[in-house]
Amino acid sequence: MSDIALEGGPNMPAGSKERTAAAAVWTSETMRRRVASRYAAERRFRGIGLFAVLLSGGFLAFLLITMAYKGLGGFTQTEIRLPVDFASISAGVTPEALSGAKGDEAMATLDLETLVNDAAKAQFGEEGQSLLSEGAWLSLRSALQADPSLINQKTELWVPASEDIDRAAKGDSDPAIQRQLAALKAQDRVKTGFSTIFLSSSDSTDPTVVGIWGAFKGTLLTMLITAILAFPVGMLAAVYLEEYAPRNRWTDLIEVSINNLAAVPSIIFGLLGLAVFLNFFNMPRSAPIVGGLTLALMTMPVIVIAGRNAIKAVPPSIRDAALAMGASRVQVVFHHVLPLAMPGILTGAIIGMARALGETAPLIMIGMRAFISSPPSGFTEPATVLPVQIFLWSDEVSQGFVEKTSAAIVVLLLFLMTMNATAIYFRNRFERRW
Amino acid sequence: MSTPIIALIVLALGAISFLVGRTRASALQPAMGQRLHSRPNYHGAHMFLWVVIPAMIFLVAWSFVAPQFVNRTVLEAPAARQLPPPGIDRDAVLREISGLADGSVEASFNPAAEQLVPVYKTAVQHYAVIGCIIALLLAIAGAGFAVTRLKWQFRARNRVEQVVMVGLIGASLIAIFTTFGIVVSLLFESLLFFKKVSPFEFLFGLEWSPQTALRADQVGSSGAFGAVPLFWGTIFIGAIIAMIVAVPLGLMCAIYLTQYAKPRLRAWIKPALEMLAGVPTVVYGYFAALTVAPAIRNFAASVGIPGASSESALAAGVVMGVMIIPFVSSMADDSLAAVPQSMRDGSLALGATPSETIRRVLVPAALPGVVGGVLLAVSRAIGETMIVVMAAGLAANLTLNPFASVTTVTTQIVQLLTGDQEFDSAKTLAAFALGLTLLIVTLILNIIALRVVKKYREAYE
Repeated sequence: MSDIALEGGPNMPAGSKERTAAAAVWTSETMRRRVASRYAAERRFRGIGLFAVLLSGGFLAFLLITMAYKGLGGFTQTEIRLPVDFASISAGVTPEALSGAKGDEAMATLDLETLVNDAAKAQFGEEGQSLLSEGAWLSLRSALQADPSLINQKTELWVPASEDIDRAAKGDSDPAIQRQLAALKAQDRVKTGFSTIFLSSSDSTDPTVVGIWGAFKGTLLTMLITAILAFPVGMLAAVYLEEYAPRNRWTDLIEVSINNLAAVPSIIFGLLGLAVFLNFFNMPRSAPIVGGLTLALMTMPVIVIAGRNAIKAVPPSIRDAALAMGASRVQVVFHHVLPLAMPGILTGAIIGMARALGETAPLIMIGMRAFISSPPSGFTEPATVLPVQIFLWSDEVSQGFVEKTSAAIVVLLLFLMTMNATAIYFRNRFERRW
Repeated sequence: MSTPIIALIVLALGAISFLVGRTRASALQPAMGQRLHSRPNYHGAHMFLWVVIPAMIFLVAWSFVAPQFVNRTVLEAPAARQLPPPGIDRDAVLREISGLADGSVEASFNPAAEQLVPVYKTAVQHYAVIGCIIALLLAIAGAGFAVTRLKWQFRARNRVEQVVMVGLIGASLIAIFTTFGIVVSLLFESLLFFKKVSPFEFLFGLEWSPQTALRADQVGSSGAFGAVPLFWGTIFIGAIIAMIVAVPLGLMCAIYLTQYAKPRLRAWIKPALEMLAGVPTVVYGYFAALTVAPAIRNFAASVGIPGASSESALAAGVVMGVMIIPFVSSMADDSLAAVPQSMRDGSLALGATPSETIRRVLVPAALPGVVGGVLLAVSRAIGETMIVVMAAGLAANLTLNPFASVTTVTTQIVQLLTGDQEFDSAKTLAAFALGLTLLIVTLILNIIALRVVKKYREAYE
């Protein structure tokens, strides 16, 4: 400012005295201090902004690191090598019977639980049973299913250790349990390592044998229904509203409903599913088909809104060119506009699906919170989904569930991040700026 | 034969007729001066639609009608005479029979059910065969009709496009049906609730204890449905604590990212914030319950605040605030971007520092948009369920102490609808009344917010 005042001086002699005086004010000590404090305020403000960004990023990092740190233990499991003599309980059951058509019935006649308990007592003394997980017999069963010829043999199998031993092996320091663990280590009969149990089994009351496969399969079935219903309907509705809908009261009504539906809290969709699908149509409770329908209604508006934006972004010149070549209005849209808008629609659809995948509340409303110990085999079987499974495990009192819950969260987050990364890739790779 | 298999057969027939129609249309050789009105593909599609649509409509209708026929046959069987008269009891027996037949019920409760299972099975088979035959006949008849229309001057494209348009309109109408379904189901159940509990007591009552009496003489379990404590808890967590966290952080994030950050930093931070928005709420809830809540309780206990609970309003509110940050940030981002560049330039040209420009010019100019964004964020926060279900308590307290436990509308909806359900008890119906209140409040907030944002956009256009 002082520069301007000085330059202005010679041209306007009448005011030049005041201007140099003004320049003196601008360079005076008070003014310099004022400018300095303004610059300090500037730096402070900027610092506050950076602090806000770092704090928000810090929250994310803290959340992810906490979950990953707690969850890594959930993928590993302490196992104990146990000598078992299947022949002692076979009672005439042959390998052929086990592998035959009625294998399950033959398996049911075997008292595997007693076998495990007796074997543990024989190997580790009277207390031996408490070293093993309550679900240890399940490993025996899967070993037999994998290799029926074991039934006539004496063999050694790795079975899951009890929750206490598992936690001791992962660093919990209860002296009595640590002694037991040391004894096991001395016999070289214990290992802690990556375990497929967590990825391949279903819900259980015992944290040492729980897994996410059941919930994961339920999620896949539910998402399949959601995708099949929400994507075509959302895309077609977007096409209609953007390309064909006449401007009238009905169209306004449709637009208002879609915008409102996008803002309705998800739990309200759960209430809708409960009242309409379960109580009115008498559909099966806890089934992936009902969950999928409910989530589809929730996802549809998201896809419509994303789809409309994508279609709007296609320039009118494309439509005009196609019309000029003699294409019909349907041909214009389906041959030209829609393929060009597809990356945008797909991005919106993936983001909508990712949101539905993490959704918990509406599914709790329609009863997908039941205890399901076997993976669902169809769309109408009772099932649960990954987020609900996380919610259910978070309510468990047993300490062993903490790491399992975090591990399930890690799986869910990985899945979601893959979906979001795909969406971002689509957006960057295929979206065209006109 | 089950309905999906018949549907697949019909679709296969449709595919075949598409090929037939297309080949026949290409084989047509119009005389000189005439040409095929529609391309062969449209003739094929026309055939396909005539084969598939009537048969599919029939199959859908049949899947609703056939069970009625089956039930009638079962009830006409001699063994059905001992069944109870029409009503809930008989429906239960019929359900049991169908359960026994498909193996989902192991043993029957009613002896008559066991005897009727074979009758039921044959009836199901019988009507499935009838349905299959009619569906196939319809498909073939449709194909036959479509073949007779196949001529060079036939406007197959226009017909197919008409069907496409009907499909498009149908897809758009689903949104209206959903809205209608939500409103009707909530209103219907809420009206049932308000027959038992007066709306006045529900909206203004200060006492919430929805347990209904197991025995008539039980003390203190008459069930009180005054929802004010829930409304307070919802506002306290969602609109006050969460916003105290989210608004300053979100706004400052938006300001820093749009005004100060270098493009390379922005390219990293923005996806990170989007990721924060993509984390499922159940994860936030678990984080709040496992990490944040105990930390806050220990802090409160060490400072000596009375009434500190491990399910504090503060834990749920803070985590919810973190969840909302990206939302507020992106709304503020949009409104800052909408402020005309000339206003910014004018302020800078007068010698204001960037921060002065932001504080004195940009933010006041963008304020309506920011306010609208905050209102949308509030409507999102009060409808949020999992964080409060996992981290907030169940005790309906009217308190100002953020370390105490409060409960929210969504928590209570989940609480009332899980566990044993009777669909006509005041307890279950109360959940729908709460849902209706929640829906109305969020919609009003949204409408106000969108109005504010729209008005403000218009002001600069």
